[in-house]
This record gives sequence, C-alpha cells and structure tokens, in this order.
Amino acid sequence: MTSSPATSPAAPTREGHWHHLRYIMAENPLTGISFAMFIGLIIMAIFGPYLVPFDPVATGAGPALKPPSLTHWFGTDHLGRDVFSRVVVATRLDLLISVSAVALSFVFGSIIGSLSGYFGGWTDRIAGRFMDTIMAFPLFVLAMGIVAAAGNSVENIVYATAIINLPFYARMARAEVSIRRNAGFVQAARLSGNSELRVLFGHIFPNTLPPMMVQISLNMGWAILNAAGLSFIGLGVQPPTPEWGIMVAEGANFIISGEWWLVVFPGMALMLAVFTFNLIGDGLRDLVDPQRRT
Amino acid sequence: MSLGVKSRRVLNRLLQAVPTIFGILVVCFLLTRALPGDPAAYFAGDMADEASIEQVRENLGLNQSMPMQFVSYVSDLAQGDLGVAISTGQTVTQELAKRLPASLELTLAALLLSLVIAIPLGVLAATRPNTWVDHLCRFLVTAGVSLPTFFTGLALLYVFYYLLGWAPPPIGRLDMMFLPPETVTGFYTIDSLIAGDWALFKASLAQMALPVITLALFTLAPIARMTRAAMLQTLSSDYVRTARAAGLSGRRVLVTYAFRNALLPVVTTLGMVFSFVLGANVLVEKVFAWPGIGSFAVEALVVSDYAAVQGFVLSMALLFVSLNLLIDLAYTLIDPRVGEEE
Repeated sequence: MTSSPATSPAAPTREGHWHHLRYIMAENPLTGISFAMFIGLIIMAIFGPYLVPFDPVATGAGPALKPPSLTHWFGTDHLGRDVFSRVVVATRLDLLISVSAVALSFVFGSIIGSLSGYFGGWTDRIAGRFMDTIMAFPLFVLAMGIVAAAGNSVENIVYATAIINLPFYARMARAEVSIRRNAGFVQAARLSGNSELRVLFGHIFPNTLPPMMVQISLNMGWAILNAAGLSFIGLGVQPPTPEWGIMVAEGANFIISGEWWLVVFPGMALMLAVFTFNLIGDGLRDLVDPQRRT
Repeated sequence: MSLGVKSRRVLNRLLQAVPTIFGILVVCFLLTRALPGDPAAYFAGDMADEASIEQVRENLGLNQSMPMQFVSYVSDLAQGDLGVAISTGQTVTQELAKRLPASLELTLAALLLSLVIAIPLGVLAATRPNTWVDHLCRFLVTAGVSLPTFFTGLALLYVFYYLLGWAPPPIGRLDMMFLPPETVTGFYTIDSLIAGDWALFKASLAQMALPVITLALFTLAPIARMTRAAMLQTLSSDYVRTARAAGLSGRRVLVTYAFRNALLPVVTTLGMVFSFVLGANVLVEKVFAWPGIGSFAVEALVVSDYAAVQGFVLSMALLFVSLNLLIDLAYTLIDPRVGEEE
C-alpha cells in the first residue's frame, strides 16, 4: 500500500527524461549526429593506429606529393607519407592534449571557484583577483608566453591550455555555489552535523555539475583549437609526430603551389572535432537549461 | 550634473585599470624568472665559466631578492627598456614599435569589417527568425567558432590566389614593385591616401584583403551571436511592447528602443572578442607572412629569444587592457541609464 504511491511518481520522471531527450533529438537532429561523430572520434583515438593502412611516420609509403587516389585516400605529403594514416592517428594526441587540459582546469577551477563561492570574504577576493589577472591577457598570447617560459614540450602545452581555461570554470563554479550556499537542503545538511567542506563538496557541488558539463563540452572545442594553434606556430609537438596543427603548418608551404590535400584533410579533421564538441555542448544545454535555447 | 557623474565614472574606471596592470606586470615578471634552467647561465652563453656566469648574475641583478628584482624590472620598463632581441640585435622596444602599426592596421580593419557585417546580420536574424537570414546567421556563427583561423586563411589563399588568381601572393604588406608610403600613421592604406598615391592604396588594400577577411570571419561569430540574442531579448521586453502599443513606427521602435538597449551587451562582448582577435592575429600573420608583432614573436619563439617573447606578451596585454578600457569608457558614455541615478 505504501510502496505504490512512492514508486509511481518516480517512474514518470525517468520516463519524462527519456521523453525530453527524444523530444530534443527530434527537434534538433544535429545533436544526434554530433553524438555519433563523437563516438567516431573516440574509436579513431583508441583504435586509430591499428586501423590505418600505412605507418604514419614511415617516409616513402608512396611517391611524394601525390593527390588523393585509391591507395592513398588523402594523398601523400612531401616525404611520401600517407596523409590519411597521419590524420587518423593524430586524433589520439589531439584529443589527449585537450582532454587532459580541460580535465585539469575543471578540477582546479571547480575547487577554487567552489571555495570562493562558499566562503566568500578574503578567499573570494584573492581568487577573484587571480582569475582577473589571467583574463587580463589575450588568452592565446598568454599560452604562448607560458610555453615559451616553461619550455617547449607537449606537457607544457597542456598546462598552458589548462591555465587559460581556469577562469571560466572558477567563475562558473563560484556563481553556481554561491546561489545555493544557503538553500534549504544545505542548511539541513549543516544541521545534521556535516563539516563545512563536506557540505560544500558532498551536497552543493554535485548540483553544479549539469551546467559544468555543458561548459566542459563547449570548452573542449576551444581547447582543441588552442592546442592546434600552438603547434601550428611550432610549439609543443615536434615533427614527425602526426598532429593536426603541425600537419597544417607543414602543408602551408605547399598551398601556394596547389597541393591542397596536405592542409585540407587535417584542417577538416580539426574542424569536425571542434564542431562535434560545440554541437554536443549546445545539445546538453538544451537538455539542462531549456530557457537558454536559441 | 549628469556630466559630473559621467566624469566621475570615467575616473573610477581608469583607477580600476591600475591593479590589472600591476597584475600583468607581476605575471610577465614571473614568466621571465621562470625560464628553464639558470637565466644567468643562459645569458652568459655556452662558453661561459663559473666566474663569468657569476658576473652576468651580478649585472642582471639576479643575486638580489625577488621584490628588489621586480622593482628594477618595473623601473626598466618605465624607461621603455625590454632588453635586446637576440635574433636581430636591436632592442625589443624598437622592434615592437616598428612592427606594431602593421598588426594594428590588420586587427582594426578586421574588427571594423566584422562589426559592419555582424551587427546588421544579428539584427536582421532577430527580427526575422527562421528565415534565410536567420539560417545564414546561424551557419556563420557555427562555422566561425569551429574553423581554426590558420585553416580559413590557407583555404582562402588556395581559392583566391592559386585557383582564381584574384589575390596577390602572401608576401607581407606590399608587393615588391611598390615602396612603402611616407610614415604618418604607420598604416599603409591611410598613409598612401595622405600621400595621394591611388595605385599604392589599391596595392596595400589588395595585400590586406585576405588576412582581414580571415580574421573578420573569426570575430564575426561572437558579435553576431550576441547581437541576435540581445535583440531577441529587447524585442520581447515590456518597454518595446509599450512603445509599439503607443503607436510608434516600427523603425523607431527597432532603432531607438530595441537596438540601443541591445547594443550594451554587445559592447561588453567586445572585450572577449579583442582577446580572440589578438590571439588569432598571431596565426594569421604567420599564414600571410605579415610583418607584424605576431610573426616577430613566432620567429623569436623558434630561436628561443626570450626577451622578445616577453616583450611581445607584455605589449599585447597592455594593448588588450587599453582596448577594454576604451570600450568601457564608450559604454559609460552611451549607456542611457548613467546619470539618471542621482
């Protein structure tokens, strides 16, 4: 008798979620496509090296600078390497750089932002000033400066990208935490004897995750662009490692003599990856926050 | 009365920039001191022994405490001393000053072009939702944020230089056949107009066209997106409904009531746009061999010329702060609510 009214309201909510998801997918088919592209990217990142027909760093896999053909789908570069194999294999490194950078800025940004949103006062003021200082730089330029000072390596590309993204997460976490700081459920948790940190990270922080997920997804695309931009100007990844940014940079020397395939294919891969994450972000935002739908 | 309020606001805003600039100086200072390894050993060169490294350390003031080093760093900066660029042997300040007009000409032209396209596009998209204008706007916005600038630049170069032959080769600000105009502003287009040299003006404009379009495509996206969103919001507001109910003409409602209010959030986004455009500028300059401070910094990075890179980061940050300051002052002046509060 008591169990049936308790379970019946729960069932429609779950169904409601699925219904809502289906509704969003139907209204914007791009979201469905973007999830499929996302899975494709993941498969390329994990299995890429085992799937490609040629060794991505082996020179002379075919004649140099030949346009796309049946053997070399994306053509060959100036050293006779297979562009298709290089584009596919590069997925792992590009995603690895941006995922680790975004993960680092998510973790540290959330901690800094939550603490300053929850405790306010001096914590908030110092953290806020720190973030403002980062934002006072044109972000790509700051990343260049950090990599130049800390040393030219892939690791430092990750750290630089993480630092320039930090303020976005910190500001968002701060805003989301400070509006819930005195909510009813928080006071209840405090009254039942939880410590302040436990209230913050056990009760408030999980509630900030949905908007943070949207931010992560939108930010991933930007992180990929930034990392590729840094390697385009010769920072971080060194040749002959396959990476989209550096492949575009190498191909740039040949564009004025008409060898377009060296630039177009890695560039398109880059664009598709960024596009995928932006679309997923927009889709997630529709799911999480119907008010901001455009 | 209103004038007094406004000037006090302007003064306040100027004061707010002081801690920001201090923060920038601290970060740039820390970046110079975070060089990999011992900076004294670096500056002394490969052949140096213990004694000469110690000598360099003394000369550079590296044996002093950090706060003392910071003070001497700032006082050097105040005299315009950013050190010597190893690659060219000239001072970094001279190098940057020589190249700054090229970068500014490119950046400002791109900003102007994207504003001229993005704002009408955003307004049209908001007033005619779900028409072709709206779809075009959405397409440009999505493409603009997904396309890497260096890729757009190279794609434009391939189509308009290699295939169609409309654009000149990417060899900098002027074709070899022309001599640069007499320097007045440092902007070749304006200087050639001042000199009255029509052919030179056309030549410099032709060189600028592709890099400017590349940058503008990139900055167009956030501006159009924000204009559209802000216009949608103001158009559905109560005061616009009231203005319509009072029988004002559609044009008047759109321009005076909706657009003027929608402009405020757009002006605020410009800060973010500046950050993007100054970063993207570096990439575009490399693609088009544009002799600005961005390509100078890229060349310096390749040969590990740290003084040049630090000077570049600092000057870009100061440029960004001053652009933001200008925008905020403009905001204070155009905001109709300022001055009505007292």
